[in-house]
Amino acid sequence: MLLEVKELKKTLNRSPVLKGVDFNVAKAERLVIIGRSGGGKSVLLRLIMGLLQPDAGKVLYQGTNLSELSEEELNPYRRKIGMLFQNGALFDSMSVAENLAFPLLEHGGFSEKEIKNKLDEALDMVDLPGQQKKMPGELSGGMKKRVALARAVISRPELMLYDEPTTGLDPIVADSINKLIYRLSEKLEMASIVVTHDMTSAYHVADRMCYLHQGKIYFEGTPKEVQASEDPLVKNFVQGISEDSDAIV
Amino acid sequence: MRCLFTYRFRWRLFLEQMYLIGLKSQFVILTTGASVGAVFAAQVHFQFVKLGMESAVGPTVSVAVCRELGPVLCCLLLAGRVGAAMAAEISSMKNTEQIDALRAMGVYPVEYLAVPRFLGLLVSAPILTGMALVVGIGCGYLVAVPILGVDGAYYMDNTIKFTDMGDVMIGLSKGLLFGIIIAVISCHKGFNPEMGTAGVGRTTTEAVVNSSLAILVSNFFFTILLNNLFLGD
Repeated sequence: MLLEVKELKKTLNRSPVLKGVDFNVAKAERLVIIGRSGGGKSVLLRLIMGLLQPDAGKVLYQGTNLSELSEEELNPYRRKIGMLFQNGALFDSMSVAENLAFPLLEHGGFSEKEIKNKLDEALDMVDLPGQQKKMPGELSGGMKKRVALARAVISRPELMLYDEPTTGLDPIVADSINKLIYRLSEKLEMASIVVTHDMTSAYHVADRMCYLHQGKIYFEGTPKEVQASEDPLVKNFVQGISEDSDAIV
Repeated sequence: MRCLFTYRFRWRLFLEQMYLIGLKSQFVILTTGASVGAVFAAQVHFQFVKLGMESAVGPTVSVAVCRELGPVLCCLLLAGRVGAAMAAEISSMKNTEQIDALRAMGVYPVEYLAVPRFLGLLVSAPILTGMALVVGIGCGYLVAVPILGVDGAYYMDNTIKFTDMGDVMIGLSKGLLFGIIIAVISCHKGFNPEMGTAGVGRTTTEAVVNSSLAILVSNFFFTILLNNLFLGD
């Protein structure tokens, strides 16, 4: 297994967000975690990345418990894990080229020519050739996501984390991002964890799906199994049906 | 603080901060120094004339500008210009997940964002203070001698006679210490902002207000300490 999450618990502002989450991700597997807004999906990704510390539980990356590591010890693992943030998190004072070159320059070991080649290749992969000189402020939402994705995969991570990759995008751009996620994971043979509540996106990308409900993995299965599920909670979520008792989270 | 000693020195970022803090603040700081020197010389002259002590205008202006007016006003202006920019930039980055993105790429944000700013201010603040002192004393001379008619030879002679190297050192040391205060408070505020657009505004305001208050309050203690250190008073 590439990643094992065991009994992960996290409380934020005195309210338990994750109450013992367990799942595994194999090499080159695409796992989609679905769940309601405010259900702790983004928190889960942050815990995996080490941006937050869990209250209990383990995040095992190829057997190493990332939750026990210090910031310095985490850094070599973070280089093997890429993350696409909800709003892209591009450095707005840097051009597209500088954003993309940033991880390569920070990690070192690349010549100027190698960096330029990797940069061109990464922009080609996300269908944005020739955009090197643009500033993030000049890009549309979809383009920002693509550039952020190019930056995340330029160091060739083994595992990619996607935090709501299609949120705020129109259906056409969202579809192109879904295809891109699929294509990149196939081409680079990297495992992916995609967190979303967009079911179209989830079905498009997933090898396997987990439904996160009330801080725990409530249901796990292939997209077909999720679609065919007769469980009322899963069925309502998948079909987007609310009940009177559903609180607005 | 640990980052300062385990720090991978980033020349490009340091030089960028030196440019932004040092070079780009020059106009503001020189104007402040000039205004302080000119106005203080005029006011001192108006009072000292009544006592027949015109020849004391020069040293009074020079010692006051070196020890107090120069460093304090210069650094209050720096807190407004540079401290605000630091807090706003870092807090915006925090709000837009850019700091998380740095961490996710294995870059320690304090090392990447705070240390170059801290070192930039550490070097720039005393240099800018020194420039403000020179311009302040020069403008004091220009107001007192050609405009208000104080005897130039007496003015220069008394200024040199009563202004010690210790006075200059007090001014430069205060510049350095106030620079540290501005950098620490502004970066701390930037890394711990209130969330949202309004939060960035409030964080920036707090950084400037807290830095300014810290400069004014600590000035008393630095005055006692530095006078003992450099002048033995």
